[in-house]
Amino acid sequence: MADEVILLDFWPSPFGMRVRVALAEKGIEYEYKEENLSDKSPLLLKMNPVKKQIPVLIHNGKPVCESLIIVRYIDEVWKHKSPLLPSDAYQRAHAMFWADYVDKKIYSLARQVWLSSGEEHEAGKNELMGCFKLLEGELGDKTYFGDDTFGIVDVALIPFYSWFYMFEQCGNMSIEAECPKLVAWGKRCMEKESVSKSLPDQHKVYDLLMDLKKKFLAK
Amino acid sequence: MADVVKVFRTWSSPFALRVIWALQLKGVEYETIFEDITNKSPLLLQYNPTYKQVPVLVHNGKPILESLVILEYIEETWKENPLLPEDPYERATTRFWAKFGDDKLVPSVRGVLMTQGKEQEEGIPVVIETLKLIEEQLKGKKFFGGETIGFLDIALGWTANLMCVFEEVTGIKFLDAETFPLLSAWIENFSDVSVIKQNWPPRDKLVLKFQAAREKCLAEAATK
Repeated sequence: MADEVILLDFWPSPFGMRVRVALAEKGIEYEYKEENLSDKSPLLLKMNPVKKQIPVLIHNGKPVCESLIIVRYIDEVWKHKSPLLPSDAYQRAHAMFWADYVDKKIYSLARQVWLSSGEEHEAGKNELMGCFKLLEGELGDKTYFGDDTFGIVDVALIPFYSWFYMFEQCGNMSIEAECPKLVAWGKRCMEKESVSKSLPDQHKVYDLLMDLKKKFLAK
Repeated sequence: MADVVKVFRTWSSPFALRVIWALQLKGVEYETIFEDITNKSPLLLQYNPTYKQVPVLVHNGKPILESLVILEYIEETWKENPLLPEDPYERATTRFWAKFGDDKLVPSVRGVLMTQGKEQEEGIPVVIETLKLIEEQLKGKKFFGGETIGFLDIALGWTANLMCVFEEVTGIKFLDAETFPLLSAWIENFSDVSVIKQNWPPRDKLVLKFQAAREKCLAEAATK
């Protein structure tokens, strides 16, 4: 029986992008369903009643939620192609630590740079750059975070590359100037079809985020 | 060559307890290094420069950080008494609820423990709603892991002794047996498992610690 794979997603979501990249890496065919987050579909609410959030992967009718948990699920089910985690337990733990770091830190700071102003904005911008520098240190001279192989840390972080233009505009900063290796890594990842087909254009993301910002501030 | 396993912990850290429980359930011998959080050892800072926190598991000189990451490492390295199900879908579900506990329950409880007045009052329904979602995961089961304790029991295990400590410190009842019959039964069953029972930190010391932490937090909030 053929697998039925559906992804409930929202195109500028970095969390959704992680799943798109993982599915593309594994060559999995799936149905993409765009959600309107201000008018969530009954399917989304049924499949993720706890968090009511995208992304949700629905595999043969069963929902998997939380982007990194979905990526691990994909890696475990479709294990014969493009492994996203190392086979050594220690290296796996090391990779999961950094994927978890990206999860804990980047989005909330990204939101601060995007939406806040004044002191909060300044603090968010500085802390975000600090995180990028730490990640750049972890990358070192490797091709990808997974060393020679594109892996879960790359999958966790690369979606934020599509938000770099917004960070630079809203944060009045140059990520390339401060973290050249990280930007070079981003460009290398974008040369992979699984990434370039999964990430939206940075300017498109910026335009949408600015629209959402106007609505957010109007409230 | 014999494994050398060390655990950096504090006497009270519920996250470090997860690591202790997992190691003991799998019969792994380890050395404990107790840290003083107000005076962290150079070794801890060397092993965990990012967060400078416990727990840290050091296996043959290599550090593993973040309690849920450590649990998965322990599971993969020592195969006795498996803690995670084999089926990928069930593993994903287990990981979802473990993350939910850390992302939602911990901050919501902290939100009531460290506040007072209206802010505290508004925080209570959040804790109750979060606990209700967790309670549902116990339907038809003795433990979250089924007949024996597993990964999710360990991840949520802190609730089995700390919730009543927080109830004493705040004077607020979160986990009454009528509203949470399954969680209440789980707490009894979980606490009865010998590896769990023998490792609880002293209750009176915990009450004092969290009372002091609450007072400090309220004082800091008042000066803002």
